[in-house]
Amino acid sequence: MLDLRLYMAQRISALIMAPLTLGHIAVMIWAVQGGLSAGEILGRTQGSVFWFLFYGTFVAAVSVHAAIGLRVIVYEHVGISGKTLTALTWAVFAVLIAMGARAVWAVTAGAGGA
Amino acid sequence: MSAQAEKLDVSVWRGDSDGAYQTFQVPAYESQTILDVVSWIQQYADPTLTYRFACRVGMCGSCAMMVNGRPRWTCRTHIKTVVKDGAVQIGPLRNLPVIKDLAADMDPFFDKWVAAGGVHAPSGSRYDPIEPVDPAGPERTEASAGIECINCSVCYAACDTVAGNADYLGPAALQRAWTLYNDAKHDARESILDAVSGTGGCHNCHSMGSCTVYCPNELDPMSAIAGLKRETAKNFFRKRG
Ligand code: SF4
Ligand code: SF4
Ligand code: FES
Repeated sequence: MLDLRLYMAQRISALIMAPLTLGHIAVMIWAVQGGLSAGEILGRTQGSVFWFLFYGTFVAAVSVHAAIGLRVIVYEHVGISGKTLTALTWAVFAVLIAMGARAVWAVTAGAGGA
Repeated sequence: MSAQAEKLDVSVWRGDSDGAYQTFQVPAYESQTILDVVSWIQQYADPTLTYRFACRVGMCGSCAMMVNGRPRWTCRTHIKTVVKDGAVQIGPLRNLPVIKDLAADMDPFFDKWVAAGGVHAPSGSRYDPIEPVDPAGPERTEASAGIECINCSVCYAACDTVAGNADYLGPAALQRAWTLYNDAKHDARESILDAVSGTGGCHNCHSMGSCTVYCPNELDPMSAIAGLKRETAKNFFRKRG
């Protein structure tokens, strides 16, 4: 059910997520400590290719990682397998990536300026 | 207090998977193993009780059963270490089909052993000169760590991943694969990595370590599986690199 390909996808997505999560938390703490308002933060992220790539990569990694993780849980504890399981894995991935992409778009697209 | 006067309430699984537990009163003795208790029932209470054993000294791996819900080698486990309030429950090994009573069907266990690439393929014949193997070398050390496996299936019964995933090869078969992978005299070492990388392969292991905790020979299948994961991951990049 988890072959080498899925296993590697899950490990690599974890490797990508870890530094991005730490980076996200560090920047959040720094920004809030610095007294930046939500509007000011958005002013810096919107129109920024860097933040688009940062959160875009994060969302992609999360979607892959969570879809495979849920696949294992559903298979081992609910007993769904075969094509249904594959379809479910892709569906979870699609929902997560769609929701994540929407959020990334909202935070990083558009012209800068608060 | 006479030891013989004491009785144990021993409930034993009867029938196939639709069976039920049946309780017997068994006299308690000093130095009594779980296998002794089961044998007493078969000899003195009900000769139709089916169970399996051979060596009685922890060599053959045929006597494993679930004892109070935990897998154990019954010939080497004293009953007094498992009795609770004078009672004990003995059932067939978990994660395997039940043939009858305490005898589980070991076929899936051994089929997976073979599927994981566990059949030895000699790299030379008797006519070749014997190549020396350094017993302290790093590869041989890895291989030697798993060779005392007696195929008892205790680890297989302990593994929750096997319980949830019928295709999973399980700890013993994967440990065997790791042993052969590190064996300089095995001729099919690369194909082992393929054999353990499929849908039921080593990557399904959750590394929770029940196998290592319960193995009566104190082997460490979990670490062997970690070794397989490491090597298959390295190979994944090598193939693409
Ligand atoms: S460590 Fe792996 S093989 Fe061992 S019991 Fe856990 S899941 Fe099973
Ligand atoms: S690894 Fe240990 S528990 Fe598993 S079959 Fe071998 S001896 Fe038994
Ligand atoms: S009877 Fe042989 S290991 Fe228990």
